[in-house]
Amino acid sequence: MEHLIASAVAVMTAAGIYLTLSQGTFTIVMGLTLLTYATNLFLFTMGRLAANQPGIIFDPTAAHADPIPQALVLTAIVISFGMTALLLVMSVRGYFESDGDAVDLLGPEETVARNRQ
Amino acid sequence: MSLALIVLLPFLGSVLPALMIRSGRDACAIATGSINTLALALLLTNLPAVLRGEVVRADWPWMSRLGLDIQFFVDGLGLLFAGMISGIGLLVVLYARFYLSDGDTMGNFYTYLLLFQGAMVGIVLSNNVLLMLIFWELTSLSSFLLIGFWGHTTAGRQGARMALTVTGGGGLALIGGMLLLGHIAGTFELTGILTSGDTIRDSTLYPWALGLILVGCFTKSAQFPFHFWLPHAMAAPTPVSAYLHSATMVKAGIFLMARLWPVLSGTEWWFYIVATTGLVTMLVAAAFALFEDDLKSLLAYSTVSHLGLMTMLLGFSTPMAVVACVLHIINHATFKAALFMNTGIVDHEAGTRDLRKLGGLIHLMPVTATLGMLAAASMGGLPLLSGFLSKEMMLEEASHTVWAGSTWVLPALVTLAAVLSMAYSLRYIAHLYLGKQRDDYPQPPHDPGIGLTLPPCLLVMLVVLIGLFPETFVGTTVRFASAAVLQAPLPEFHLAIWHGWTPAVLMSAIAIVAGLSVLLAFGVIREHWTRLPVPVGKSIFDACIDVLAATSRAVGARLHNGSLQRYLFVLIATTLIMGVWAFLRHEHAPGQRPLMPVNGVVLVAWFLLMGSCFLVIRHHADRLLALIIVNVIGLIASLGFVYLSAPDLALTQISVEVVTLILMLLALYFLPKHSITAVAQAVRVRHGVLSVLGGAAAGGLTWMMMTRDSESISEYYWEHALAGSGGRNVVNVIIVDFRGFDTFGEIMVLGIAALIIYAMLEGMLRGETLTKLASWNSDQRYSPNRHPLVMVVVTRLMLPLALMVSVFIFLRGHNMPGGGFIAALVVAIALIMQYMASGFGWAAKQVRFDYHALIGGGALIAAATGISAMVLDVPFLTSGHDHFHLPLIGEVELSSTIAFDLGVFLTVVGGVMLALAQLSYLGENTAREKMNEEPMDFDPSTRRAQPHSVATAAAADATLSQPETEQAAAGSDATQPPKEL
Repeated sequence: MEHLIASAVAVMTAAGIYLTLSQGTFTIVMGLTLLTYATNLFLFTMGRLAANQPGIIFDPTAAHADPIPQALVLTAIVISFGMTALLLVMSVRGYFESDGDAVDLLGPEETVARNRQ
Repeated sequence: MSLALIVLLPFLGSVLPALMIRSGRDACAIATGSINTLALALLLTNLPAVLRGEVVRADWPWMSRLGLDIQFFVDGLGLLFAGMISGIGLLVVLYARFYLSDGDTMGNFYTYLLLFQGAMVGIVLSNNVLLMLIFWELTSLSSFLLIGFWGHTTAGRQGARMALTVTGGGGLALIGGMLLLGHIAGTFELTGILTSGDTIRDSTLYPWALGLILVGCFTKSAQFPFHFWLPHAMAAPTPVSAYLHSATMVKAGIFLMARLWPVLSGTEWWFYIVATTGLVTMLVAAAFALFEDDLKSLLAYSTVSHLGLMTMLLGFSTPMAVVACVLHIINHATFKAALFMNTGIVDHEAGTRDLRKLGGLIHLMPVTATLGMLAAASMGGLPLLSGFLSKEMMLEEASHTVWAGSTWVLPALVTLAAVLSMAYSLRYIAHLYLGKQRDDYPQPPHDPGIGLTLPPCLLVMLVVLIGLFPETFVGTTVRFASAAVLQAPLPEFHLAIWHGWTPAVLMSAIAIVAGLSVLLAFGVIREHWTRLPVPVGKSIFDACIDVLAATSRAVGARLHNGSLQRYLFVLIATTLIMGVWAFLRHEHAPGQRPLMPVNGVVLVAWFLLMGSCFLVIRHHADRLLALIIVNVIGLIASLGFVYLSAPDLALTQISVEVVTLILMLLALYFLPKHSITAVAQAVRVRHGVLSVLGGAAAGGLTWMMMTRDSESISEYYWEHALAGSGGRNVVNVIIVDFRGFDTFGEIMVLGIAALIIYAMLEGMLRGETLTKLASWNSDQRYSPNRHPLVMVVVTRLMLPLALMVSVFIFLRGHNMPGGGFIAALVVAIALIMQYMASGFGWAAKQVRFDYHALIGGGALIAAATGISAMVLDVPFLTSGHDHFHLPLIGEVELSSTIAFDLGVFLTVVGGVMLALAQLSYLGENTAREKMNEEPMDFDPSTRRAQPHSVATAAAADATLSQPETEQAAAGSDATQPPKEL
């Protein structure tokens, strides 16, 4: 099972990095989302995997999943949602301000020419 | 205590001149002078102790871990220098009062002067080398301010920059040298370093430390080849030149070399580097000084030459040379300051400093001339004046120093330097004061008032008295200062004018005679000199600076080329390299923890995940498709959380997933739907390689961590959740109770992000962006149904159900999976569906509350919950829980964290709704028809379409009545009304 999780983190990170290095803002946001998933999964598995165990105290002495990484990842999910929203709005505004969604600082003529492709 | 005051007083008093200048120049000068006098008086209170041979100390801890403490001490050398600085400072304050013209800002001038004085006294009194470094840099800085005082002149600006660059660069080297020294000696305390001389000299790092420290000293004291900044620093007002660049600041390097003499000297390295540099400087600078026409430049080069003399003496490493150096420090400070003041008077009265335009001033300014001639004679080394004594002692030491195996090289060169020194001093006297009176002075020269005459007069008096009666006046001073330098008992000596027929007498005689003949043959010699190719220091310096600036510009242009991809690439690559390096430094074999078994469902989910990731990469150009695949990945992550016993996480992930999807679709409405794929193959390969490496690193780290056991602190939370907070859902208890402050910050972040989004989108609705927005039209085809009936009815029915589910999740959060966040997101999704189904116009009207108020109210409620705990005298956000008996419901255990959760709930609802609503409002301002306010396309209660637009009504009627023939017309009409979100 650990192989699967590790490879899942690896592939999601790789895909996330590749998309983050692209040229359009929207694709960068998608790449960051993938990176977020990978990182959250990584953080979550720091509590070591525990399948089919309660996260709720029914029996205080029973085996249980580690609650701290879960609490941390919950916070992480919410905050990264806030940041994703911010980035998307910035890209929308940037699209209108600069007539294009390329992230490289090109001159205005080059931007328009590229966006006409 | 008084030691710290002596150093701090000038700093604290530096605000006084700026304030007192309003009361006039006299008040300002008196205020500054009184600070000086006070510091001097405090210093002299330590005199008895120093005379007894004690060392007065004061220590305060500051950053002991770094070895930097506030430590001061006073011994003979420190007392001498501090006395010189404060005393000459007082005279300069008086002199400057009358020298500065009405246009100069005297308040600023005195402020900088006091800053410098404090920093300089700090250097000489500090007992901690790191503290000394701070003051060292402060002197460079205040010198920069003073040299650039007349910042409106090019010479002033360039001179100040050059001085700062050279001395600052030397300061950097000095920092390195001091750190090495402290490392070898094991302490940064100066008194401690002074006792570990042998350790330092034997260490392998000794040459490096020596080299770096000497670079620092040589740059500060303008030794060859760093001497070129001092003549250019003459662009400063003359009081500054008299104070800094003759008497005090340039002596800082000499001071440091003298201070570290016991531990650094005595080796071959020291002798050859220091003595040779000093000798070369002395010779070269004396030659330059002889041919300068500007009086201040002449004196500047002369200062460099005398500093070279002192350096050389310290390089000889014999006790008597040290005594000679100490005596010369005193002598040089007095006569050079007097000479600079003298030049200032001439400049002030006659209007020029150029020797070619002056001459014969003795007839018009007799007092000034006498003072100037006496001081210059002392500079040249004529007998019966103070300069003669120290020069004699220097010649004596030089005459029996062996340099590179030869006994005559050094004495010969020293004699030559003495000849030149005598020559330029005589030139100062002869070409300035003697000779015929001219009739073309720029201004009619006359003797100045008492203010400008008194300070040089006092200094020259000292020169004469020391020259005539050395043992009485400076005997004790020289003795206790030299003893402090040597840190050993002094040899027996006697300061007197006549020591018998020694080689030194012969050399002095040669110097006087040859100097006189050089002066008489001046014109001829000068012609030969002008034909020699002499490198100009300033142009070399400027060329170096230009090369450095061009290089840094080129490097900057290459690295910072405006491409975000490049920056991200470098960022990720650097992180990767650092991580891998850290990883490989420690043992990185996988651990031995037993692995969990795999079952079929997990395997299928894993395949889906892998496949989706590859598909995203393959199809990332088609953004809508890629977005859907990314959300599939997110849903699989939620399933993973469910399987791995994290129900709260799964719920949060799914709800955040849905809201993010809606958000991204809203953004994608405006943005282009397809990516530009015109990227070079090489770039793609580069990115691919980095991604693969990054992924492998992340995966490898995860694997290593998961196969090792870990100790967790979560047992505490698990044990205390029920008793401490009354909740069974430990994750929720951690979030709202044990770690409530983190959650408080989190909702703040969310609220702030929502407000920023609102501000950014609001800002789009004006100006040029509004015009662009208004003319924007989507490139998509639209459905003819603006508000599909089915969707409207279903979402409308779902709203109360969703709200009920949300309340349920909210209330049960403390004991079962749920909580404020998830409830808030459920409500937000339900509300957004109303916007989606029935349009912004209608939905916005139904919302009776302001989303901003929700955000603010939520934050306030959360804060109030925490503060109410403080009112009850327990820490912020402490919770309380109890059992309540409610009618009809029974026994309920409630905790006060429910109020905190309510705050979280409100903030998240407000934040999410604000962002999404504002984004959908944006779409209303694009090029399309008016926003409609009817919730449904077709109201079944009236059995006809709502007339929100004629075109759409016609199309709807046509579609209903004539499905076949009107399809084409409907198709063309259908492209007009854009789909409303």
